Amino acid sequence: MMSPHPPKDERSLVQRWVPHPLLTVTLTLIWLLLANGLSIGGLLVGVVLGLSIPRITASFWPDRPHIQNYGKAFAYVLLVIYDIIVANIQVAMIILFRPLKSLNTCWVCVPLDLTNPEAITVFAGTITMTPGTVSCDLSADGRALLVHCLDAADPEAAVSDMKTRYEARLKEIFP
Amino acid sequence: MDNIGEILVSALIVIGATFALVGSYGLVRLPEMMTRLHAPTKATTLGVGGALLASMCHFIFFEGTLSIHELLISFFLFLTAPITAHFMTKAYLHIRPDIGEHLPKPEGGDWSTYETPNGDIRPRT
Repeated sequence: MMSPHPPKDERSLVQRWVPHPLLTVTLTLIWLLLANGLSIGGLLVGVVLGLSIPRITASFWPDRPHIQNYGKAFAYVLLVIYDIIVANIQVAMIILFRPLKSLNTCWVCVPLDLTNPEAITVFAGTITMTPGTVSCDLSADGRALLVHCLDAADPEAAVSDMKTRYEARLKEIFP
Repeated sequence: MDNIGEILVSALIVIGATFALVGSYGLVRLPEMMTRLHAPTKATTLGVGGALLASMCHFIFFEGTLSIHELLISFFLFLTAPITAHFMTKAYLHIRPDIGEHLPKPEGGDWSTYETPNGDIRPRT
């Protein structure tokens, strides 16, 4: 990836030291939450971590994810939490009461409209956390996801359900 | 007031513990690796969630402070649980090439466990 002689860095001092302002703020906040209290010392350590971690990991983030619509992102989180609760109850019912022979387990291929790597990661994570589905693999060209369904009577309906429920929303959040 | 708190905290602990128990039972009952994976990734999320909510309620009702550690724990759990599941299925696909033969194929290629992005076939172990 890296050429032997990287071109001279054209970015300003601030951009170089704070490549991901949002990540810096998030890390500092997480540190303060971990410390469970506000103190000058805690804040200092938090800021040092918030500045150094994005710098060390910057080469893993060639582009920063641009979230376009924070309101929709928040609504998406709430939707996923609701679905996780429903998923837990459904899977618990299957484990406890369904005869194993009546389970329709199957592998399905979900073609992706998303191209943004962060959006695909969120989509795959959501699939794993929600009703009866685990995302297993990405196709070599990154255009499809392999998903295992615990109980899908109609695999096609399961695929279109995932696409309309989550992927369509993610497309609005990540441009 | 204390009574409501006690009932709420105990109810949350019992609900959480029930889900954790069902998740573990699922590991025993479900027939093969891929179906077993569904039990711990789902049922235990609410198991841990119940315990964390109970802990938050305990601090609010009995210590009078707001504890936010628990939110962080559930945040980290939501981040890491899908990745663990993903690693486990990848490992499973690697050690069971016979499964790979029966998977639905993506358009114009294969899954990344079996093929590199530039189209080379990965050696099957």
